[in-house]
Amino acid sequence: MIELVWLIPLFPAIGFLFNGLIGRWFNLDKRIVSWVACFALGLSFLFSILIFFALLKLSPEARAVVPDRVLFDWIVSGGLKTVVGYKVDPLSIIMALVVSGVSFFIHIYSVGYMHDDPGYTRYFAFLNLFVFMMLTLVLANNFLLMFVGWEGVGLCSYLLIGFWFDRDAPANAGKKAFVVNRVGDFGFLLAMFLIFAHLGTLEFNGVFDGAHSLDIVTVTLITLLLFVGAAGKSAQIPLYVWLPDAMEGPTPVSSLIHAATMVTSGVYMIARCNILYTMAPVSMATVAIVGAATAIFAASMGLLQFDIKRVLAYSTISQLGYMFLAVGVGAFSAGIFHLMAHAFFKGLLFLGAGSVMHAMSGELDMRNMGGIWKKTPITFWTFLIATLAIAGIPGFAGFFSKDEILWQAFSSSHGHVYLWLVGAVAAGMTAFYMFRLVFVTFLGGCRATDEVKKHIHESPSIMTVPLIVLAVLSVIGGYVGIPHVLGGRNIFHEFLAPVLGGHPEGTAHAAFSLVKSAFASGGAAEGSGINMELLLMGVSVAIAIIGIGIAFYLYILKPEVPKRLGERLKILYTIVFNKYYVDEIYEACFVKSTKKLGTFFWREFDDGVIDRSVNLVGGLMLWLGRVLRRIQTGRVQGYALGIILGAVIIIIFLIR
Amino acid sequence: MFSGVTPIYFLFVSAVIFAIGAVGVLIRRNAIVIFMCIEMMLSAVNLTLITASHYLQSLDGVLMVFFVMTVAAAEAAVGLAIFVLLFRGRGTIKVDGINLLKW
Repeated sequence: MIELVWLIPLFPAIGFLFNGLIGRWFNLDKRIVSWVACFALGLSFLFSILIFFALLKLSPEARAVVPDRVLFDWIVSGGLKTVVGYKVDPLSIIMALVVSGVSFFIHIYSVGYMHDDPGYTRYFAFLNLFVFMMLTLVLANNFLLMFVGWEGVGLCSYLLIGFWFDRDAPANAGKKAFVVNRVGDFGFLLAMFLIFAHLGTLEFNGVFDGAHSLDIVTVTLITLLLFVGAAGKSAQIPLYVWLPDAMEGPTPVSSLIHAATMVTSGVYMIARCNILYTMAPVSMATVAIVGAATAIFAASMGLLQFDIKRVLAYSTISQLGYMFLAVGVGAFSAGIFHLMAHAFFKGLLFLGAGSVMHAMSGELDMRNMGGIWKKTPITFWTFLIATLAIAGIPGFAGFFSKDEILWQAFSSSHGHVYLWLVGAVAAGMTAFYMFRLVFVTFLGGCRATDEVKKHIHESPSIMTVPLIVLAVLSVIGGYVGIPHVLGGRNIFHEFLAPVLGGHPEGTAHAAFSLVKSAFASGGAAEGSGINMELLLMGVSVAIAIIGIGIAFYLYILKPEVPKRLGERLKILYTIVFNKYYVDEIYEACFVKSTKKLGTFFWREFDDGVIDRSVNLVGGLMLWLGRVLRRIQTGRVQGYALGIILGAVIIIIFLIR
Repeated sequence: MFSGVTPIYFLFVSAVIFAIGAVGVLIRRNAIVIFMCIEMMLSAVNLTLITASHYLQSLDGVLMVFFVMTVAAAEAAVGLAIFVLLFRGRGTIKVDGINLLKW
């Protein structure tokens, strides 16, 4: 069964070719297009499940060492030998399950959402191509094939952000995403070069087996460069700027690519390279710090946005920050756990936002919404479940994954109490802005125009069924990873352990041991770690509830307060509302100077040197022709004289 | 029969005929006359070939002459046809008037 892993990415590829070539060429009926697209994904999902269970049958030790399924040699040149091969292990199969599963439901949702779009076939072709590339990324058994998927999803992201390319904003947003990702890909490429230069192979098995022979500087450099790549793809500081703009694409695309799957590939990549990262403490610290900073920075930007999709975009960036925090403190499986939970609830949130837009005739500004929960009950309840999950309310998926991350940030030997603090505050902000979103959008009085109000309606069932499925997953998804302290068994962690190793339990850092000793002196020496974990869990839940409470107070009880607060703290409000002017700063620092450099090379080098030299050669030839054509008189006898003189000269030479 | 006549005489005559032909090609205007001059040059070459053939007791030269004569005959047919058409089209066969193929 496991040898059939290559079928998982094959089905979406077939779907892409069918819809992209035949469907577009013959203008096939929408029903055929959507059946092919969804069926391909369904098969892919089915095979992921089958292989997952086949893998479960093996013993935990055997799961990590399943031989790679090599299809064929790809590039063989000198010392470089690259194959197209797929790797099945607990990590990749979890990713394949999440990607194909969430994609499957989002495809179904898209059938309803994109129903009246003229680019229907193109949309599904791109979406299938995306899933193919994403599955290639997560199943690849070497860095180069992973990079193919990496670039492929970037391309699809560009194509789908700019799906409505006849408008300026989506076209520019697509361009921005592509260019910013390019910066990250540069790091990824350099890291691959370094790996190849030092180890002579790009296959995961070879690299990770040979990693111990690397010296620490090289490993640090490689991992930092890989992190640059991850930061670009997964929208971390300083390369996060493309993700909010990416919301110009169709909403299911935001859900699939820019929340559930593609943006998490950076986390997956770091988890995949966990052996390299654990060798380089400096890189680990960098990842953790950047992750924590992104988590709180993006969360604060989400506080004041009015565009629902933008709030969700900043929320995504912030949640990705959590995942990087997790992998940065060495809690790789916690990062992947949050990745999975996030795929469920954030995918659901975006689909819910799409459903709201559908109900509100395309409106995105939550100031023009409100009070629609009665008319769109399924959307409201599923959205609320996802919001509870992301806010970290006990019992929902987000609670288990987020608390595991926070606990690891505090207790792991790579962690620090400040990392925990930042994460906890960001969690409070998350709870606040998400409930602000729910309150303003669904509750209160309706502020829409009468025209829009008349049309408010629940989405068709083809859209609400995926919502319900994802809502169920957002609730039960967390129960695969119940922490020991709550009396559970962390199945998820155990499943991933053969690949990702155990959590670093080693020597705890100073702050932790300090608190621990304080506890110990209080007489709770035995199991103080567990008490500590419970305490922190309580604190983060309390913070989340405080966040929700503030949102409730500001937007339900006293809706006039936010405005007054905004006026009193005008400067702060303006800065945060304008997202700290980061886009403007980038514009001034990088974009303008790059444009200037480009203009310089265009005017001075291209026009001045290259074009001028080409024109010079042309002009010279023109002049030469003008002079030499005089000998072409048209008189036959002139030519005859030339022939004879020439013959005479040759004869003279021959005779001499 | 020609005991006193060495091949050099023939070659000399041939050179003279060739030179006359060549000068004729260069200075005469009437295309037909030029054409005749070319024929003269060809005949001069033929004479040289025959002479060499006889002198060297080899048939190679004679063989070549046959080819030259065949080509000359074919050339005459084509060339005269061209002149007829030229005259129809432009009313003259003076070569200094026929100079359209220039810059």
